This record gives sequence, C-alpha cells and structure tokens, in this order.
Amino acid sequence: MAAVAGLVRRPLEQVTVREAINQGMDEELERDEKVFLLGEEVAQYDGAYKVSRGLWKKYGDKRIIDTPISEMGFAGIAVGAAMAGLRPICEFMTFNFSMQAIDQVINSAAKTYYMSGGLQSVPIVFRGPNGASAGVAAQHSQCFAAWYGHCPGLKVVSPWSSEDAKGLIKSAIRDNNPVVVLENELMYGVPFELPAEAQSKDFLIPIGKAKIERQGTHITIVSHSRPVGHCLEAATVLSKEGIECEVINMRTIRPMDIETIEASVMKTNHLITVEGGWPQFGVGAEICARIMEGPAFNFLDAPAVRVTGADVPMPYAKILEDNSVPQVKDIIFAIKKTLNI
Amino acid sequence: MRKMLAAVSRVLSGVSQKPASRVLVASRNFANDATFEIKKCDLHRLEEGPPVTTVLTREDGLKYYRTMQTVRRMELKADQLYKQKIIRGFCHLCDGQEACCVGLEAGINPTDHLITAYRAHGFTFTRGLSVREILAELTGRRGGCAKGKGGSMHMYAKNFYGGNGIVGAQGQIFEAYNMAALWKLPCIFICENNRYGMGTSVERAAASTDYYKRGDFIPGLRVDGMDILCVREATRFAAAYCRSGKGPILMELQTYRYHGHSMSDPGVSYRTREEIQEVRSKSDPIMLLKDRMVNSNLASVEELKEIDVEVRKEIEDAAQFATADPEPPLEELGYHIYCSDPPFEVRGANQWIKFKSIS
Repeated sequence: MAAVAGLVRRPLEQVTVREAINQGMDEELERDEKVFLLGEEVAQYDGAYKVSRGLWKKYGDKRIIDTPISEMGFAGIAVGAAMAGLRPICEFMTFNFSMQAIDQVINSAAKTYYMSGGLQSVPIVFRGPNGASAGVAAQHSQCFAAWYGHCPGLKVVSPWSSEDAKGLIKSAIRDNNPVVVLENELMYGVPFELPAEAQSKDFLIPIGKAKIERQGTHITIVSHSRPVGHCLEAATVLSKEGIECEVINMRTIRPMDIETIEASVMKTNHLITVEGGWPQFGVGAEICARIMEGPAFNFLDAPAVRVTGADVPMPYAKILEDNSVPQVKDIIFAIKKTLNI
Repeated sequence: MRKMLAAVSRVLSGVSQKPASRVLVASRNFANDATFEIKKCDLHRLEEGPPVTTVLTREDGLKYYRTMQTVRRMELKADQLYKQKIIRGFCHLCDGQEACCVGLEAGINPTDHLITAYRAHGFTFTRGLSVREILAELTGRRGGCAKGKGGSMHMYAKNFYGGNGIVGAQGQIFEAYNMAALWKLPCIFICENNRYGMGTSVERAAASTDYYKRGDFIPGLRVDGMDILCVREATRFAAAYCRSGKGPILMELQTYRYHGHSMSDPGVSYRTREEIQEVRSKSDPIMLLKDRMVNSNLASVEELKEIDVEVRKEIEDAAQFATADPEPPLEELGYHIYCSDPPFEVRGANQWIKFKSIS
C-alpha cells in the first residue's frame, strides 16, 4: 500500500512558485533540445535564487550556461542565438540589471520581426525577478512591467501563483516571439496547490488571457504579480462587511486582456487597479485609458482608481519601504472610496 | 629604595584609571620608524614601478592598524546585526580586504575623488564617515549617513560617490578606459581582485585574468592587496603618475574576502573552507601589519591589544546607537527627489495619500 502511494501523484500538490518555474523550464529543456538557459550563477550555483536548481546537473554545460557579469554582452549573444534558430532563456538576476541590456531587449529582440518585414523571428525568453523585494533599496526594487509593456513586438507576462508561473514559462518558451517573464522574488518560496492538469507536461497557460481569481459583484479589482494576493486578502476582509470584490489576475501585461476586465466592469460598475510599480505612465494608467475607450466606460458609477507603489525611488528604512508599496489597507481604502462607503 | 617604591606607587595610583601596562608602555623605547621590503609589483607598459622598500613610521603604523581593525570589527558587527535581522536586504562585507581601502586612502588625498561598487562599507569609513553613521545607515535609521533611505549599497560622503548597486558592465569599463586614455584623464582604475564574482571564479568568467593588463594601452600594476604597505606604495606611485599628466593607470589589487559575496551567500559552495582558512592564517592584512610592527619594535603586542579593546568599544557604542536610533519620519518619505526645486506633492499608494517633497 505504501509503495503504491509513493508512485501516485496526489491530485492537489503543493508546489512553490520557484519549483513551478523550475519544473516548467525542466520540461521544456527536455522537450526541445534547442532550448537552453544562460545567465549569472544559473548553472553551478543552482541559480542566485535557486530557481534553476538541479538543471545544470541534469543537462550540463551546453544547455545551462554560466555567464560573466556582462548583461549587455550575454543578452546580445542570446538574441543572436535566437535569431540563428535556438530557443534561449536569458535570465537577468533581477530585472534591474536588464537596464544594462535594454537595447538588446528592445532594439535587437522586440523590433526585429517587424523591421525585417516578417523575415527574422526572435524566439527568446527574458526572465527573472521583478519589482520590490525586502530592504534591497532604490537600485534593486524597480518594477519594469510598464517599461516593457510599452513596446510593440514584446510579450510581457507577470505570473502570481505557481500555476501561473509554470504555465506561463512554458508558453513563453514555446512562443516564437520575445517574451519578458516578470517573476517576483518574494513569491518564489510561496506554496500553492497545483491542480491536476498543471501536472501534465503540456500544461500551458495562454499568453494574453487574464484569470478571474475570485468572483464578485460590487467592484472589479485588477492586479498582477504579488499584489494579487493582497487583493484577495482585501476581498476576504471586505466580504465580512458584505462587499464582494471580483479579483482579476492579469497574468499577461502585454497583450493585455482588456475584454475580461471590461466584462467584469460592465457587471460591477466599479474599478480599481493594483500594481507594485510607480503610478505615472503605469499598468493601471493604461487600464484606465482603455476602459475609457471601450464599452465599459458607460457602466462606471465612479471614476476608476489606481493603487500603486509610491512615486519615489524605493527607500531602504523599513517604515518608509512599507509605505512605498501598496498594502492591503491601501487597497481597502481605495475600494471604499470608490464605492462611496 | 623606600622612596623609589613610594614614587612608583604614586605614579601607579595616579594613573589608576588606566591599566598598569600603560605606564610601562609609555616608558618603553619604540623605534620611530622602520624600513620594510615589499613585494615587487607586476608591471604592464611601465619601465619602472613602485619602490620595493618603504618606510613606515610608528604613528602611521598605529593609525593603519586602528583603521583596519575598525573596518574589520565594523563588518563583523554588521554580520551579527544582519543575522539578528536588524540589517535587511543586501549586505556585502569586505573583511579580508581591509588593506585595500586603508592602503588606498593612505596613498591619496582627501580632496581626490573615489567611487566604488557595493562592497563599500570600508571605503565609506576611510573616506571620512563615522562607524555610527555607517551602522545607522545599515539599520535604516535617521542617524544614518543617507538618513536611512539608501542602505548598505548607497552611502555617500564628500568626494566619495558611493556605494553603487549595479555592476559588471564590462563594456562600460572599456569605454571608460578608451575615453580616459584619449583625453589623458588623471584616473586610477582599480580592480579589487578577490578571485570570485559572486559564486563564479575568475577563471570561469574572464578570458584573461591578468586584470592589470586589461587596460591594454593603459599601463597597469598588479599589487599584493593583502599588504597595506604594498597598496600604499602602489597607490602613491599611481597617483603621482596621474598627477604628472601622463593619463590614466590601472591597479589590480590581489585580495580576498572572508565572507561570501553577500550575507545571503554562505561562500562555501564555490570555494573550500581550507582555502579561506589558509588565507586567514597566512595573509590576513591586519596580522601582517601587526607582526611587522611588533617585530620591528614599532609597537608592542599589549599596545595593539589596547587598540583592539578601544575599537571594540567604539563599534559597540556605534551599534548601540544604530539599534536605538529611531527610523526616519514617515513625513520625509518624499524628500530629496529633486535638487534645488520648490516643494511639491508626491503621490503615495493611492491618490489620497500624499507626501511632501522638498529639496
């Protein structure tokens, strides 16, 4: 009995986001020999955040490559490899360091298929942790969702749960376009139940489709990445007061699933957006603009409201940092203001 | 005999606050200075290098010893505070590399300009900030040198441009080499070669590990970075080279860090404990200076031990301050976004939360 139990996977398995990304990459590396991973400390160190643990041992030097600390250089090498027919996963230790290589991401990867009139594709994945961590201060806490989401030619995804992480990394690797995968360091260690279908090696989450994490009738909350969890917390608190929030997990920043958001707003008549990044020219700003351009505008009973990071470089001191990221209380406050409660 | 005993006893009771050894020390004859042989530097595109002997005065020796010991103990205190979770985020310690920051400072002027990467606490101290301000910045308090807003990697002082978190831009270094050489800029490029880039050894990351030659058309020196006198002489040489209008020069300091890359890296997955122990026992910069000074009668073991005690107390006091000082006030969250601008409003987590920003 015990032997049999060991062979059978439990229907709902607890898997951390880190393990989910690891599994996703492992499955795609196994499926297609053109897939490879490069970046700093990804091989022998098992990954700066241990996301690529075990992969170098399994796949060796040719598939899992430690690079020198040279983002512009190795991102360029990765783009070239993609152009020549390989399928690189280029890891930035954090997306803050991608600024060193951003010309390669935008000018060499994102725009090339267009510039070549459809001749040259760039099937590359840029992945790594994005946004605020804990106490890592101004140069290590920036959210790049808006910056990368701004560019035609790029796809940008932002997983929250383990299911998101696994399904989206697999879709990103199989996509023939440059895909930016914005992970979150604070989410790496968080366990989630992985539904049965997510255990299949062909489990994919489509890029460009949002998920309704929680149904509700009074207000629509749209979010991505770690703040999705805060939104669900806020929703639980408000539910006790009789306010039912519909929480949408964007999953993809670009191409944005505005239809799911519109359908929800047309049902609830109220909208708030929640993101970790800065307010100006951000993801929430884009959502609000699109709502105004579409059918949902006429269904709004109150102006849409954005909850964001504070408009400052991330301070180090804990009290200042805590107040520079959106907290559950800020979300609740915004919801009540919107609902005029 | 009785008179002499009485005199001695008066002297001893007069200095009753200080241990008796102090009196003995004061009456001992130390040498004023001593000459030491130092390792010859490897040279690139240079006919001559720094001298192979140097004179160390007792006064300088004691100063260097105290400074290195202060950096050492400050870093170890930071390790402790980090493990207690009083310091958060990233913390890159430089214990083992004290001869670099102290030796460099000994070879330049306070009016010279210095910039470095994130392993910056030692330089922050040698560039003039106090241990209190540094530790309080690490603990994120208002008494920190950046008012708690910068943290470990973002400390600044007069003629010290940080403390920078984004590194490794190899291409940028070569761009800088080119422009410095083209325009004959008086710039010393320094590589603190501690053998590893985070978890990757230099052999796995560099096609050529002769970093002192990597400036190509820029002359270079390879220096024993564990010997403070070697670092000082090389720096004096390099500084003189630059000041004479000849243009930039490169210095590679061969050194070693005892800690891992940062506090989240145990530092033993990519190197052996034996290697770390060997460097500690054979090449520790503080030990090397101490041995030289004691063996040349520039100082006594007891005297240096006293300095150790004083340094420990200084660090303890600073740590006390750093843990007791309050955090910066929330009202100041928006301050110092712009310089020389009139005050304006900064948006918080939603449109109803506003902070004032003043320059």
